[in-house]
Amino acid sequence: MMISNGIEDEEKWLAEGIAGIQHNAFYLHRALDANNLREALKYSAQLLSELRTSKLSPHKYYELYMRAFDELRRLEMFFKDEDRHGCSIIDLYELVQHAGNVLPRLYLLCTVGSVYIKSKEAPAKDVLKDLVEMCRAVQHPIRGLFLRSYLAQVSRDKLPDIGSEYEGEGDTVMDAVEFVLQNFTEMNKLWVRMQQQGPLREKEKLEKERNELRDLVGKNLHVLSQIEGVDLEIYRDTVLPRVLEQIVNCKDELAQYYLMDCIIQVFPDEYHLQTLETLLGACPQLQPTVDLKTVLSRLMERLSNYAASSPELLPEFLQVEAFSKLSNAIGKVIEAQVDMPIVGAITLYVSLLSFTLRVHPDRLDYVDQVLGACVKILSGKAKLEDSKATKQVVALLSAPLDKYDDIVTALTLSNYPRVMDHLDAGTNKVMAMVIIRSIMKNKTFVSTSDKVEVLFELIKGLIKDLEGISTDDLDEEDFNEEQNSVACLMHILYNDDPEEMLKIICTVWKHIMTGGPKRLSFTVPPLVFSALKLVRRLQGQDGDVAGEEVPATPRKIFQLLNQIIESLSVVPSPELALRLYLQCAEAANDCDLEPVAYDFFTQAFVLYEEEIADSKAQVTAIHLIIGTLQRMNVFGVENRDTLTHKATGYSAKLLKKPDQCRAVYACSHLFWVDDQDGIKDGERVLLCLKRSLRIANAAQQMANVTRGSSGPVTLFVEILNKYLYYFEKGNPQITASVIQGLVDLIKNEMQSESATGGPASDPFFTSTLRYIQFQKQKGGAMGEKYEPIKL
Amino acid sequence: MNYIIGAFKPACNISVTFSDGKSRKQVALKKENGQTVMVPLFQSQETISGKISVEPVSGKKVEHNGIKVELLGQIEMYFDRGNFYDFTSLVRELDVPGEIYERKTFPFEFSTVEMPYETYNGVNVRLRYVLKVTISRGYAGSIVQYQDFVVRNYSPPPSINNSIKMEVGIEDCLHIEFEYNKSKYHLKDVIIGKIYFLLVRIKIKNMDLEIRRRESTGSGSNTHVETETLAKFELMDGAPVRGESIPIRLFLSPYELTPTYRNINNKFSVKYYLNLVLVDEEDRRYFKQQEITMYRLGETPEATL
Repeated sequence: MMISNGIEDEEKWLAEGIAGIQHNAFYLHRALDANNLREALKYSAQLLSELRTSKLSPHKYYELYMRAFDELRRLEMFFKDEDRHGCSIIDLYELVQHAGNVLPRLYLLCTVGSVYIKSKEAPAKDVLKDLVEMCRAVQHPIRGLFLRSYLAQVSRDKLPDIGSEYEGEGDTVMDAVEFVLQNFTEMNKLWVRMQQQGPLREKEKLEKERNELRDLVGKNLHVLSQIEGVDLEIYRDTVLPRVLEQIVNCKDELAQYYLMDCIIQVFPDEYHLQTLETLLGACPQLQPTVDLKTVLSRLMERLSNYAASSPELLPEFLQVEAFSKLSNAIGKVIEAQVDMPIVGAITLYVSLLSFTLRVHPDRLDYVDQVLGACVKILSGKAKLEDSKATKQVVALLSAPLDKYDDIVTALTLSNYPRVMDHLDAGTNKVMAMVIIRSIMKNKTFVSTSDKVEVLFELIKGLIKDLEGISTDDLDEEDFNEEQNSVACLMHILYNDDPEEMLKIICTVWKHIMTGGPKRLSFTVPPLVFSALKLVRRLQGQDGDVAGEEVPATPRKIFQLLNQIIESLSVVPSPELALRLYLQCAEAANDCDLEPVAYDFFTQAFVLYEEEIADSKAQVTAIHLIIGTLQRMNVFGVENRDTLTHKATGYSAKLLKKPDQCRAVYACSHLFWVDDQDGIKDGERVLLCLKRSLRIANAAQQMANVTRGSSGPVTLFVEILNKYLYYFEKGNPQITASVIQGLVDLIKNEMQSESATGGPASDPFFTSTLRYIQFQKQKGGAMGEKYEPIKL
Repeated sequence: MNYIIGAFKPACNISVTFSDGKSRKQVALKKENGQTVMVPLFQSQETISGKISVEPVSGKKVEHNGIKVELLGQIEMYFDRGNFYDFTSLVRELDVPGEIYERKTFPFEFSTVEMPYETYNGVNVRLRYVLKVTISRGYAGSIVQYQDFVVRNYSPPPSINNSIKMEVGIEDCLHIEFEYNKSKYHLKDVIIGKIYFLLVRIKIKNMDLEIRRRESTGSGSNTHVETETLAKFELMDGAPVRGESIPIRLFLSPYELTPTYRNINNKFSVKYYLNLVLVDEEDRRYFKQQEITMYRLGETPEATL
């Protein structure tokens, strides 16, 4: 209620004021029409008296002011025309000063003054000086501000600027500058005083009201910037120092912030660059609560845009040492503003960094300096808790990544990791992801172990558990994504020189070892493959070069690989390790390193025996083993026998009969390698197949017992297909009659099965028979071979 | 009716004309009855001369015991009404006793008359100059006619005219320093000055400069003092802070001022003061009064230089 009443009252007062103005304006117009000077002065003074009110807020007062302003324009027209009032301008200048009330008197004086200047009967500078001096008489903040704003308005086009028709003898630009500066200073004082003289409890309301008035003050700076004669020299020696003096001395937060920003916005960038020291020197002297980060950020942004506008400007930036000046200033500001939250300081440095990156992209040392300064700020403080500050640090760290294509170069900045250290674990990881992503995006290879070292140091948040953070509450999906990124990253670590590449691998290994079981299953495979890739590269030029110490040999790499894979035992992840061992074995095979390959197989078998208990896993593992072993050609008879024997042994011991059967017939391939000089032991192939037939039979019977039906003949058909394979490959033990026997057997089985109501036909078998039929009809050698088989 | 009117009508018309009446400057003079009339302006040491014509009404004769003209300088105190103190009294006999049948003109002259005081119309006192024509008659009473004129005396600019500068204040509350550029001002002068605020602990609303006239009449226990505020001129609007300096520029021409009169014929004095008044938000007034001397500057070209 109180508030609404207050607003209503204000409306009422405004309405009264407007009515007063209108009433007097009526008589004023009549006096003007009658060319009656005395009456005109009387009613204009009365009209202006309405502006003496103290009851209106700035907003409403402005409305009143604008109405009075319009009337003053008419009066000015009248004053200009001496024929109408018959009074010389000099006499008029005195006459209006007879008014008893100061505010109307000064409005009238300003109005006549503007006519006086226009008449050129006195030098503009003298009139202006008198006006700005006389306006001191109004000390009420709002009334004074509007009065002086009126003065600024009417004098704007009458300043004795260079090239202006009011330019007088001598250095009158300085008079123009002096006039505007003085008006500015006084207006600012009034503006600041509004706060000081207002009641304390209405602080916020006052601030809001003052904000509405700020452009009245700022306009003066704008006028200054428009004065043609204000060149760099005048700006540097007079305008800037004077304006800054006022800003510093007024000790008002709102004014300081607004006016600093004003300076930056209204004057040319070229001036800022040449006066950086002065401008920045004022910053630490401002109130400790002034939002300097915004001010300085805008300045730096403007300067970077300016630098970007033309490459020829760069030498200027260097000449004035823009970077070090900005850097110093920021340091001092942070020192001066003891209560500035850490986010403010970091924001400042982010701005400085983007300035540096835009203006001096080649100066990595600058970037490092900025980061170093941040480290200084952050050091001695606990890890960042403030999310805004964290965000700023991320921005700070991301900026160089966005800028440099060769990210790793940027990462060699010594202070980069030190800044990262101050991030909390979560953000640290986010940052690490940012780094990885930008590397991936740019597709730049990280090509030395030193760089890899640095890189992994940076992303250590992903590589290992950081102190104080338990991995339990991590989101699994996030974790997987992170680790996959790390895995991807490994493929981009590459050097053509094998020696360096090995070093890289070692470095990576050193780091991922620290990652703990959860990470190893993600990080080990890519590293293994990376190493294997190196092995393949070396494969051609192998051979221990006599006498020379060659660090990167396949042998050495295999040793390393062994260790690497072994590390998976802590996970534990035997299936993965087994696969990797087999991969290594295959690589060793290609390198002709029998003992190494044998060793890998041993490892794989050991794992199979000791670690892989799950039957399904066993099936998968055994097929992998068989497949790999089949391709091995490095082994001597003895070794090979041992290994194949083991493999067939394992196969026969699988839990489920069908699995046994399939593994055993797969083993047959171990004795028949379809190569030029591959092993071709037909007898043992047949043995395997027969054995698998027996198992299939047993499986069939078992099914009969347990389920009352022997089930499908799939296993038999599969074995038949193996027979056909070897038959075609020319295994002498596999004859047409053997095949005939098997076909008949399957047919019998199917008949007995259909009698009990099972499926009458098996599509696999049918198509197998169709294949045999096809081969028979094809003729030629193969057709002949198939001929004896009767279907 | 005519008879009755005729009985109260003076027996003759008397008129006074000054020898340079056409060219002499006329100034306004406020009469006792409130009317303003235009009368000639003189200054001290001037010769006052002219003609007095006596014209009997329509054929009547005027019998008299002699005609004279007097130049009187009088001071009239209002609380002592009717008592005139003549500080100057000069007489010229115009005619010996006799009879006048028709219009008769008498020249007169008071040469280089000493008129040290100016015509003044105050609150409690009046100083006037008058020519008094008397036609003395035995039984019917004398016929008297008055002609007022105004005297103003001019001074050269003072050779010493110091500024007025003073620091005043209320301890721990308000300290100001003010300065008026002169201590002696002529009537069309401009007061230039400034007020410098050394300490402000009260909430000032505004500040005025007043011109006050202090007229004192009588002497001893009979002294009457009357003070009038002739001008109230707002100097400042709002509350200044320490270090502010407020300009003063007050044109005196719009106000009806006289020179300062000190102890005129031991009867009265008129003095002028500048009164600086500060008003705070509770409408309390803080003031400092300072005497200034007013003088009338000659209007000759030399004097305005």
